[in-house]
Amino acid sequence: MASRKTSHRIRENGDKYSVLLPTYNERENLPLIVWLLVKYFGESGHNYEVIIIDDGSPDGTLEVAEQLQRIYGQDRILLRPRAKKLGLGTAYIHGVKHATGNFIFIMDADLSHHPKFIPEFIQKQKEGNYDLVSGTRYRGNGGVYGWDLRRKLISRGANFLTQVLLRPNASDLTGSFRLYKKEVLENLVERCVSKGYVFQMEMIVRARQLNYSVGEVPISFVDRVYGESKLGGNEILSFVKGLLVLFATT
Amino acid sequence: MTKLLQWLLGVSLLVAVWALVTWDLLDLSLPDTYRDVAWPMPLYLLVSFGCYSLATVGYRVATFNDCEDAALELQQQIKEAKDDLKRKGLKM
Ligand SMILES: Nc1nc2c(ncn2[C@@H]2O[C@H](COP(=O)(O)OP(=O)(O)OP(=O)(O)O)[C@@H](O)[C@H]2O)c(=O)[nH]1
Ligand SMILES: [Mg+2]
Repeated sequence: MASRKTSHRIRENGDKYSVLLPTYNERENLPLIVWLLVKYFGESGHNYEVIIIDDGSPDGTLEVAEQLQRIYGQDRILLRPRAKKLGLGTAYIHGVKHATGNFIFIMDADLSHHPKFIPEFIQKQKEGNYDLVSGTRYRGNGGVYGWDLRRKLISRGANFLTQVLLRPNASDLTGSFRLYKKEVLENLVERCVSKGYVFQMEMIVRARQLNYSVGEVPISFVDRVYGESKLGGNEILSFVKGLLVLFATT
Repeated sequence: MTKLLQWLLGVSLLVAVWALVTWDLLDLSLPDTYRDVAWPMPLYLLVSFGCYSLATVGYRVATFNDCEDAALELQQQIKEAKDDLKRKGLKM
């Protein structure tokens, strides 16, 4: 009885959550992440849609996405593909344009971000009417799986340096599991120019600059099981460059 | 004000105070002990900040949560999801 009341109230308040899933060669991960999203949104009773933004993946991700759409319905799974790989930043801009929710979830499609945290994000957001809620690997029960000592050291070191230089009001700047009010995301994403990891960092640093309120939810980050990392290469160098640019401009 | 400017402002303030005391630029005829304490101060500050940084990062690396349970749960759910999706007619 009590639970029926809750879900009724949730439906009445009219909030809708659009989940943006940018994909590039995520054929194996996409069905799994969508399955988990459907599971947890189904359990919590929130209204939602999943927007898949595939950038012409050569591995046939889009074809899998079409199958998922057939299984779960066109009102739940929206496909907004682009012809070629244009990067994450513009993928979000593209996705937001088609979002019908008043809240937007941004997460990776590679299963590093687990949908089980979604209800916690939503609850946190309501608690303080936050403009954005950011998942954090560095606080509370947050953490990682599959990282060796070297990667932990780099991650913690980079995070410390960033905290010292930028004093952002968030503990995890490069994480990309976040919940935004739609207009906040639209406003932020227009201002951000960086690529890769730095893009996520710029989003939250500009959020501080614009006096948006930020809540945090501890999350566990499990390294991708399937597929390859796309951000690779000289990550550290571009991170430091991006950090210095933000240091000088925000 | 950008973070860079805030830092420059902060550092120049510190340097100014330090120079004032070390060379007694305002002719306040401060006791010698002030100068003796002041002049190696930048080095002390740098070294202690360095130690603080190393200790903090070291501690945080050592206490970085390993989410074994989360990984196990995910593996379990991947199996469950694959079975269910196959039943729903997904061809991988
Ligand atoms: N649409 C689109 N999606 C992208 C692009 N690059 C990466 N992605 C997706 O963005 C998400 C994050 O990319 P990842 O390669 O996992 O980056 P990462 O998490 O830093 O790297 P890993 O350590 O391998 O997980 C994944 O869902 C990718 O499929 C792109 O250019 N376009
Ligand atoms: Mg990833």
